[in-house]
Order: sequence, then structure tokens, then C-alpha cells
Amino acid sequence: MSWLSKLLPPRIKKDDSAVKKSIPEGLWSKCPACEAVLYRTDLESNQLVCPKCGHHQRLRARARLETLLDADGRSEIGDSVLPVDALKFKDSRKYTERLSAAKEETGEDDALVVIQGKIRGQPAVVACFEFDFLGGSMGAVVGERFVRGVQVAEQQRIPFICFTATGGARMQEGLLSLMQMAKTTAALTQLSRRKLPFISVLTDPTMGGVSASFAFMGDVVIAEPGALIGFAGPRVIEQTVRETLPEGFQRAEFLLDKGAIDMIVDRRNMRDKIADLLSLLTRQPAQEG
Amino acid sequence: MKIAFLDFEQSIAELEAKIDQLRFVQDDPAVDISGEIARLEKKSLALSKDVYAKLTPWQISQVARHPQRPYTLDYAGLIFTDFEELHGDRAFADDRAIVGGLARFNGQSCMIIGHQKGRDTKEKILRNFGMPRPEGYRKALRLMRLAEKFGIPVFTFVDTPGAYPGIGAEERGQSEAIGHNLYVMAELKVPIISTVIGEGGSGGALAIAVADQLLMLQYSTYSVISPEGCASILWKSADKASVAADAMGITAPRLKALDLIDRIVDEPVGGAHRNHVAMAQTLKLALHDALRQVADLEAAELVENRLKRLMSYGKFKDKAA
Repeated sequence: MSWLSKLLPPRIKKDDSAVKKSIPEGLWSKCPACEAVLYRTDLESNQLVCPKCGHHQRLRARARLETLLDADGRSEIGDSVLPVDALKFKDSRKYTERLSAAKEETGEDDALVVIQGKIRGQPAVVACFEFDFLGGSMGAVVGERFVRGVQVAEQQRIPFICFTATGGARMQEGLLSLMQMAKTTAALTQLSRRKLPFISVLTDPTMGGVSASFAFMGDVVIAEPGALIGFAGPRVIEQTVRETLPEGFQRAEFLLDKGAIDMIVDRRNMRDKIADLLSLLTRQPAQEG
Repeated sequence: MKIAFLDFEQSIAELEAKIDQLRFVQDDPAVDISGEIARLEKKSLALSKDVYAKLTPWQISQVARHPQRPYTLDYAGLIFTDFEELHGDRAFADDRAIVGGLARFNGQSCMIIGHQKGRDTKEKILRNFGMPRPEGYRKALRLMRLAEKFGIPVFTFVDTPGAYPGIGAEERGQSEAIGHNLYVMAELKVPIISTVIGEGGSGGALAIAVADQLLMLQYSTYSVISPEGCASILWKSADKASVAADAMGITAPRLKALDLIDRIVDEPVGGAHRNHVAMAQTLKLALHDALRQVADLEAAELVENRLKRLMSYGKFKDKAA
């Protein structure tokens, strides 16, 4: 603290620090794709899509749910479900330490947020992966919250939607995490039996155990532009086949071309697109105007 | 068949070499050393018992990958009769890393599906080291549906390092193929009995292992990622595979304690590769017993029980409860 600030009365001091804080970090942001320098507020109001080139940056789970759901009638599902360290797992750090660090960093208890709400007036349960929480990895909590979300959809007879952003299964939970692949996917058979729609939206990245379980079981499978989607990671494949991977390999556009997904949807149109699809799948008449 | 010994079996290997030498000498009728040979054989057996009683998880994964370990087709011949192999996914190819077909188990019709590794270099390549591509999983799916149509139980045998991470595999939808199998196996209206006979490698293993009864051979492993893979990601070095194998809990007793498998099938002394016939006999009894647990259930009850079981997977705390 400088001698000047020590002299100033406290109220002025506070104002001063607030001004200082807002100037340096995070005001400007560079698009990783086109390198355009963007005003952070513009980028955020554009849902982290570059206004210049359309590049989709990763969006936090709650920010995404904010853009997607109507403001009224939201309730969270499965937030009482919390992780445990069943294997007493420790690598360079304890699993419990990694969990607390991830919680500190993201404000979330685990890597899936499930909310019941409405999309343009249509009720639905929406699950959203938080990639910043241990790489969006799927352990027992993600599995259980997913299943509870599906069950609420089933009971309320409303559609289920899931946004994936994940590296796959959570290694620190060993085989328990692998079994979440079977658990989540099995839950969907019940939704299907009641003829309720499941829309799966694959965002960057959707890999491994999540990609290879429920992610492609959607009645409609959507991807965001440029999202990396696949079973094995590109580095693993490169090491295995010892060839350079084709241009755009495992990107959303590549998957569309190979027939693996139904469509690519720009994040800024996602809410409208999902609302339209839901209304078609649930046989609602066209809306006026 | 000459037994290939693993690194930690060197003491057994030396003893066995000595026994072989003596057998060679015994061809000379002037000396009788049969007593000595019998004594050493007994000692070798005791030594094997001793070594195998103290295996670490990493050593167990070496046994699970033993090149002479019985594979699916060995069991198809030793446990089942009238095996009729069925080929192809009807869309792209016949993946030799997964085999399947109709057979009889104790006289009753059944479907066998399993990963298949190769014995010699040529067959290893043909079988892609037991790493299936999407068409392998789609063949398995087709055979499961076939079994369902005719009301016959499915036996699956798991033995893969994992689904193949290749360009073509990705292009043809490896993820979708595995996910689709998980989905269909959850609602299949006939009994599914799965046995991990060697390596249970991640999603590529699970894709044929959603079951009413899940068995593991004593020295098989089942894991979310290979110990080497886990080590290179979390420890930044594949050399830490033995540490990772410990941490992940990949062995049958550990997984039984976590309630993830139903039963452990004992192997002959020194592992299944020492005696294929004895292994097959033990496994046959275990399969018979496993099938009996679910064979008489109505389809609806069978599927409901399976679903309940799948929903119970996972350890967490619920602060609302």
C-alpha cells in the first residue's frame, strides 16, 4: 500500500481499488481461432461465440443453462448427490484434493448440472456437463444425477436434453466410473419406452466413455460447430496408427459428413432449434407468427 | 505346449528347466531318477502356488494377458458343443476381433459372443490383437437380437485391451457402436451371462458385458483404462503402470468387494494357461450355476432386475437422504 492510499479515507480507497480491478485482466480477449481482439463483454453477450469468425469457445454449464431456459420455473435435480472417494485414490494428488480444488475453481460439486425448466414455454429436463470440473469426467455423481434427471422427465412426461462436454470416464473412480456408461444408457431405455424425446447436444469436447455411451443415443443428435467428438483422443490414434490424421478429423463437420450426427447448430440458435425440434417430436401444432 | 513364463515366474521357470533336463537324462535306462523328478515337480507346484498367492495387481494383469491364456474360441470348443460361427455385421465387414455364433450349453441352445485374440503373429494381426472395430460390435449386436428373437440365452466372453483407436473405426462410429450395444443389452429379453476371461479393457469390454450375471476369472482384470494409459495420464509416465494398477482396483477380489461383479471363478494353479481343460471345466460349472439364477425368470422380470442392478452402480453420498 502506498503512502497516498494510507492517507485517503476508506470510502475513496474502496472506489479506487474497484476501478483498478476492472482495468487490467479479462477486459479484452483474443479469439483462439481468428485472433481477433474482442471486448470481453461483447463476447459474453454473444454466448462466447466469436462475433468475427463464429468460433465457439467452451461455455460453463450454468451460463449455458442461462441462455437456454426460460427465466421462470427452474428447479435443480440431484444437487444433493455428492462425490465420495470409494477407492481412496491417489496419484500425484489425492482424489479428494482434486475434488475440492475443482469445487473451489468452478463453484460446482461435480461435473453435471441438471435443471428442470422450460425452453420457450415447453417443459423439459436439461442436463449440462461442466468441463471445468475435472475435465467434465463422468463418475458416480454424474451418472446418478443424469439418471435422476431422466427419471423426473419420465414422471413428468417431458423431454430430456443433455449437453456433453467431457473427456470421458473419471479414472479416479476406477471401474465404478466405467459402469456409469451402462447406468446412464440403460436409464434412457425407460424414457424411450414412454415415447419421450431425448435430444443429445455434443459440444467441445465429447470423448471417451460419454461419447461411447448415451451421447449418440439421442432421438436427435446435434453438435456445435467445430466441436471435437470421438471415442479415442486424436493423440492416442496418431500413436496407434502412426499416420497423420485427416484434416478436420473428429470435428463436428467431419461427423456430419460421415453420417454420425443429425445436424450442426450454432449456439446462438440453439434454444430456438431445440424448441422447434421438441414441438415437432411431441406433435404440437405450428405456432402462429 | 511349452509354457512361456513371465518375469516374476523366473524361479518356477528355472525349476521347470531342471525337471526337463532330468527327463531327458531319464531316457537312459541305466539310471532311475523318477523319484527325483517327482520330488521336483511337487516342489515346482508348491512354488507356483506360493508365487500366485502373492501376485500384485500389475502381475495379475500380466497373467490376464498371457499369450497362452485360453481365448473365447478355446472355451467355445471346451465348454460348448455344436458351435456354429456366424459372421459379419451385414453392413460393412466381418470383424475377427469379435467372434460369435450359435452353440449348445449342456444340450440347450445358446449364443456365444466374445473377443478373440490371435496366437501367432499372423492370427494376431487378423484378430487385430482383440481390439474390435465398430463392425465387431455391430455383429455382436446382431447376434444378441438374433438370440432374443429365438429366446436363447447369451454367453459373452470378455478379453480385449480395448476398442480399436483407429481412423476408420472413428469414421464408422466407434462411439455409437459401443453406446448402442449398452442400450440394447439393457433391454434384451433373454439372459446375458458375461465372463471376463482375460483383459477387460474399458468401454470396448463393457460393450459386450452388460449382464444379469457378471463373472471374472481369478487372474483376469477389468478396468476403466489400461494401467499404462492411466499412468501416462495421471503420473505422466507409462512406467508407473504397476502403481496405477494398484490404485484403480482392477482385480476380481477388489471388484467383488465393490459389488461390481457376482462371482470369481478359480483358476488352476499357475493360471488358466497352465491347464485349459481344467479351467474350462471349472468355468462350465460356474456358468451353469449363473444361468440357473436367471433362466426361469419371465422376460419382464429379467429386464427389470437387470435395470435395477445397473441403476445401483456407483458410490456417492446424498445429503438429502
